[in-house]
Amino acid sequence: MARKITFSQAINEALSQEMARDETVIVMGEDNAGGAGSPGEQDAWGGVLGVTKGLFHKYPGRVLDTPLSEGGYIGAAVGAAACGMRPVAELMFIDFMGVCFDQIFNQAAKFRYMFGGKAVTPVVIRAMQGAGLRAAAQHSQMLTSLFTHIPGLKVVCPSTPYDAKGLLIQAIRDNDPVIFCEHKLLYSREGDVPEESYAIPFGEANVVREGDDVTIVTYGRMVHYATEAAEKLAKDGIEVEVIDLRTTSPLDEETILESAERTGRVVVVDEANPRCSMATDISALIAQRAFHSLKAPIEMVTAPHTPTPFAGVLEDMYIPSAKQIADAVLKVRG
Amino acid sequence: MSVSSDLSKDELLKAYRMMRTIREFEERLHVEFATGEIPGFVHLYAGEEASAVGTMLHLNDADYVATTHRGHGHCIAKGVDVRGMMAEIYGRKTGVCHGKGGSMHIADLSKGMLGANGIVGAGGPLICGAALAAKYKKSGGVGVCFFGDGASNQGVIFESLNLASVWRLPAIFVAENNGYAEATSSTWSVATDNIADRASGFGMPGVIVDGFDFFAVHEALGEAIERARQGGGPTLVEVKFSRYFGHFEGDAQTYRAPGEVQKLRDEKDCLKRFEERVVRAEMLTADQLRGVHAEVKTLIDSAVTEAKAAPLPTAEDLLSDVYVSYP
Repeated sequence: MARKITFSQAINEALSQEMARDETVIVMGEDNAGGAGSPGEQDAWGGVLGVTKGLFHKYPGRVLDTPLSEGGYIGAAVGAAACGMRPVAELMFIDFMGVCFDQIFNQAAKFRYMFGGKAVTPVVIRAMQGAGLRAAAQHSQMLTSLFTHIPGLKVVCPSTPYDAKGLLIQAIRDNDPVIFCEHKLLYSREGDVPEESYAIPFGEANVVREGDDVTIVTYGRMVHYATEAAEKLAKDGIEVEVIDLRTTSPLDEETILESAERTGRVVVVDEANPRCSMATDISALIAQRAFHSLKAPIEMVTAPHTPTPFAGVLEDMYIPSAKQIADAVLKVRG
Repeated sequence: MSVSSDLSKDELLKAYRMMRTIREFEERLHVEFATGEIPGFVHLYAGEEASAVGTMLHLNDADYVATTHRGHGHCIAKGVDVRGMMAEIYGRKTGVCHGKGGSMHIADLSKGMLGANGIVGAGGPLICGAALAAKYKKSGGVGVCFFGDGASNQGVIFESLNLASVWRLPAIFVAENNGYAEATSSTWSVATDNIADRASGFGMPGVIVDGFDFFAVHEALGEAIERARQGGGPTLVEVKFSRYFGHFEGDAQTYRAPGEVQKLRDEKDCLKRFEERVVRAEMLTADQLRGVHAEVKTLIDSAVTEAKAAPLPTAEDLLSDVYVSYP
């Protein structure tokens, strides 16, 4: 039965249900319980934003605090996965991939191929990404496309509590390494989530809103801005289709192309920086495969080619807005 | 002179066969690489055999090993198929990784071999994970990470040593100090006198062992592995020795002293020392050793012949095994 819970609670519930189902599922990360070796409460934090709170006592010995050593414990999660475990490691901020990327893209991503198909590495690496918390340049990036570039990795970016639960359950059951990107401004967002366990398959985009005039392709937090823009435009009689990718690797090319061919007008919205981004990747896909259906040049709405600024006034300009998205829709509509 | 009392004649023969197999494998690769038939980079382990074999005799298939770009010896000693390894190094479909890994990525998880690794120091975190899995599943297994003096300066090795102690993992870190990280002396690049000196900084014992002496390695690793199996936590063992060939094949080794390698071969060689010791102690006869040597030569000859004749990977192999499943 569905009830309203937050994005953060949905992730916690997915972890809990999978830990109950499969004993090889373990959780690790900095302060994932919190309080290890300290005089006060154990499970003091449940992760820096409390996402894993409560699992420590519920599943004794299966929620591991780690030293502040991302290269060490992300690599340990990868190694444990290759040795029969299903670890879910939390990288905290995705920006910290800078100190452990080797273990992700040279190790986890490549074992299966390099070892001639003999390795299975079912590791999930959870990390929060995205701007909007005034957290500045080293705690606000959208790095989805960097992971999406690497063959061997699967990359997930849920936009709702429902998707967060179903996609995380799929990620844990999946036999390939999965990078699970959680937008930090979505944690408190509420939505209908069934109590029972369910998995959402990878590579199947969600058409959040149907429309025949313009297609918006997006993912993550931007899905909500795109929907807001679409609802506003609907009042003026412009019907916008909003496609939420859910996973960027695998990518649901079919849904994107079908919609682009039908509307002939496309806006790609990506909170990330523009160069070599999901925005350029999807634009290239449509330009290559649906060029003859296009009635206008593809528009991209992205952050500028700058680091994320600290000052609120600057960060608000940096993050794509519903207004920018609506303007782009009007531009392609001509 | 006595030999380690806990080794039977069969075990000594097994040890000798492993060390001799590694030596023949590597000496032969040195010759074959020069013909230009072997693609890519090859880093040879000749001279270091006592370390791999002295360690691996204590391990079984439930134990995991992570090794380095100089990993042929560890793979052979851990039981990876020698013919499959040779075919892999030749880039053949019949190789242990179907020709998709090569010399630097030979792995066989069914034998507990987590892989040679092209990234220096990367095995440290992986073996923490293997040891964590063993501890969690109560399999009684251990994880052994081999790394070089170069990797001893990598941050992830420090992180791994600390993590292994904090989590009290059944892990053993074997620092194979062969004196050179590529062309740079470890006496210059390692700030402490010994790599093992760093162990105290990570709350674990540090042990130094003569890597040219199979029996010394066997004894030191036996203690460390047993301690790990009993829940006593990790150990850092520094094995000091040298390599007989360059960093990679084709390395002119101008950074080494004239006559350095020949002197090591004449005076320190682990196989010669092993032979002298077991024959003098009357544990094995010279005839037995010659017999093993002849069998090993035949094995390596046929492995090379087979590898050269084996089929190449096909276009389908290019695209397969990126994922377990991908819609």
